[in-house]
Amino acid sequence: MANTDPCVVVLQLTGGNDYVNTIIPYNNPLYRDNRPAVGIPDNNIIHLDQAHGIPDYMAPMKAFWDEGKMAICHGVGWKESPRSHFRAMDIWHTCEPIKVGTEGWLGRVAREFDPHKENVVQVVSMGPSLPRALVCPGVPVACVAGPLERYGFLPQVQGNERTAVLDRFAKMYSPAIGSGPVMDYLSETAIDSLKGEDIIKVAPQKYTSTVEYPNSPIARKLKGIAQAHCADIGSRIFYCDHSTFDTHAGQNPGHSLLWKAVSEGVAAFWADLRAQNHADNVIMLLFSEFGRRVHDNGSGTDHGAGGVAFVIGEKVKGGHFGEMPSMEASKLVQGDLDPNMDFRSVYSTILDKWLGLNPAPIVNGTFEKPAFLN
Amino acid sequence: MAYQDDIELMAHLMRRAGFGADRDELEARAAKGYEATVEELLHPETQPAADPYTLLRYQPASLLPGGQPPMGNVNWLYYLVNTQRPLEEKMALFWHHVFATGNSKVDNYDQLLEQIQLFRENGMGNYRSLLSKVSRNPTMIFWLDNQQNHGTAVNENWGRELLELFSLGAGNYTEKDVRECSRAFTGWTFETKIPRAPYGRFPWKFEYRPEDHDDGEKEFLGHKGRFNGEDILDIVVQQPACGKFICRHLYNFFVADEPQVPAWPIESPRDQKAIDTLVGVFRDSKFEMKQVLRVLFNSDFFKNARFQHMKSPAEVVVGTLRFVGGYELPKPGYGELSMNTAYMGQDLLNPPSVEGWHTGKEWINSGSLMARINFMAEKVGDTAAPGVRGIINRLKAKGSLSPDQLVDGCLDLLGPVQVGADTKQQLLSQANEWGQVSWNNGSSEVADEHVGQMLQLIVATREYQFA
Repeated sequence: MANTDPCVVVLQLTGGNDYVNTIIPYNNPLYRDNRPAVGIPDNNIIHLDQAHGIPDYMAPMKAFWDEGKMAICHGVGWKESPRSHFRAMDIWHTCEPIKVGTEGWLGRVAREFDPHKENVVQVVSMGPSLPRALVCPGVPVACVAGPLERYGFLPQVQGNERTAVLDRFAKMYSPAIGSGPVMDYLSETAIDSLKGEDIIKVAPQKYTSTVEYPNSPIARKLKGIAQAHCADIGSRIFYCDHSTFDTHAGQNPGHSLLWKAVSEGVAAFWADLRAQNHADNVIMLLFSEFGRRVHDNGSGTDHGAGGVAFVIGEKVKGGHFGEMPSMEASKLVQGDLDPNMDFRSVYSTILDKWLGLNPAPIVNGTFEKPAFLN
Repeated sequence: MAYQDDIELMAHLMRRAGFGADRDELEARAAKGYEATVEELLHPETQPAADPYTLLRYQPASLLPGGQPPMGNVNWLYYLVNTQRPLEEKMALFWHHVFATGNSKVDNYDQLLEQIQLFRENGMGNYRSLLSKVSRNPTMIFWLDNQQNHGTAVNENWGRELLELFSLGAGNYTEKDVRECSRAFTGWTFETKIPRAPYGRFPWKFEYRPEDHDDGEKEFLGHKGRFNGEDILDIVVQQPACGKFICRHLYNFFVADEPQVPAWPIESPRDQKAIDTLVGVFRDSKFEMKQVLRVLFNSDFFKNARFQHMKSPAEVVVGTLRFVGGYELPKPGYGELSMNTAYMGQDLLNPPSVEGWHTGKEWINSGSLMARINFMAEKVGDTAAPGVRGIINRLKAKGSLSPDQLVDGCLDLLGPVQVGADTKQQLLSQANEWGQVSWNNGSSEVADEHVGQMLQLIVATREYQFA
């Protein structure tokens, strides 16, 4: 029986994706004026409508648009956004633009769903590090760095001995009294992973697919997510990323390779989910920590402010949400698009309309909710 | 117990200023004395360098490894595992954390290794002159696009990161300063690359192009002038923020875990007095790293900070390989071996971005914890490995061990490691299952095995994840 709880997949475009070369205002003369070096030539633009296009290297995304299953959220960011990758990403993850946040927004979601930690594989992150968005005290996250099959402790110990050794290991990580926050964190991580490994490891056995994924890191991560999702192990939050979108130089070859990998991976992922009848309860959010400067620097683009986010899914209402901030020189902030949709608005719609949660305590405030979900 | 105290302190110093040491080495160093050992570490030229010819004889492809892993990783791993100048290599790793430069974009391990060599040679020298060398390092120039920073079209990448990540830290400059700083570095580029075909890669070389430099007046951090790059560096190092930033990095790397770098403008250091001490030396010595390090390692705040630092993946892998021994020569499997830090979240020569790695607690998540424990357990469980034999031989000298003695002996010789009462209880109940461990009556293989298994359990403990 397929799990029907709503699930969220986040694909983070790390490094600052260039908004105006992703959603191109191809009729706007200011686009050409500002992009003498890295503008996408007219015959390489796929039109979405009378005003917006995407570069041809994002071609697989067009199908989602045509089906009305892709929402484009314009001008996302926040006022006073820093041009630092590090800090900007932190703010996206924690919804704390002023102080340093310790809880991630998705970590809070996970805690709401499962306050007693009944499912240790509710949150699955593909990659060797743990994104701050998923961090929340008491919330287990299964971080899968390689193929799902290789997830587990002490693989060299097998047979009858294994149960005894893992039992000893579990006891070493379950001290009667706490011994400091980092020690406790280690304990929790180990015990949760120990419980999760048998579930994660066998997920691929429950998975058969005819969909061929491209050979790219992001496609491998998305395939891992599809395997976990289709195994119906109760995972509801999935995270992955692709990098680096920090295209200060050599943008045109660079940006195209990045988006080609992402678009093809995303297309394979959805084809897979649909083929397995596991697509209806999933939405996917693609975001980046900031957009890039409006005027190019002769070969690439420097750090900017307002950016673009995408939400894709069977239940998503496709279309434009918000509008692209003006490229008029007088409207720019330090040469950058002035964000006109708070990023927490995008989260708020997802939380309210998709996950059925009150957004305010999760995103630290009340924000407008663009209507890309009914 | 004075002697045991000396061993424990020396073990602490060697874990931090190096990659750990076995008991023979600790005893020899303790006999020489703590301060003498610090001086030896601070003077790598008194020790032989790792032999590059041995590396090349076994792994010729690691000379010019190109853009694909793992031969670049093999090259550095060889130095890390074999060096007799542990602090030199540790400082190269430190600066790699700070000036994080990655193959994901550079696509050229030859150049990345050249940058590591720069850190090896200058890592304990003068910070101001290191900044100058890094500003001219073609790998860094390419990584942060300064070859695209023109008098007529400013590219801010290098200018921004120089201030945010390499010297001052966020919040200590304005957007205008970023712009002006970048202008000052226009024309700092490298010679046109020779095409790779047909003869392969050629080294990149710094070049200054005056015709591409914006020589106009600039206003930077309150100073006005027709600044060039070196002028900017002079202003930068004089900022109080600079010493604080670099010394906090040193503290985080060598002494005790700090919050992540982006939190520094907001959260105070855990030991403000220690940072002030280091900053004072940094300033008074005119940015001599060696003098700062000398004060750091000889300070009480360092000596008392035992096990306050989560081992980085590089420390886990290199420390384990040096300890168990047998990895001095690159041999089949060395390539795979060199990728193990990446499996634990630290892909050397390829940090996730220019911000480098998140350290401390953030090294740990479910997957990375599995990777580190599995790696260490596999290595220390090999009772034929020279380092493990060393432990067995010392224990064997006692002939026969009670469960208590086995646990204490293994904890002592692996560190000494300090564990909490609960952990100790688990180790003991395991040892109790085996009973008396004896090498006396033909059961030596079983005894060896039990030592190996005890070591495996110890490296899997929470306590062992700290240095």
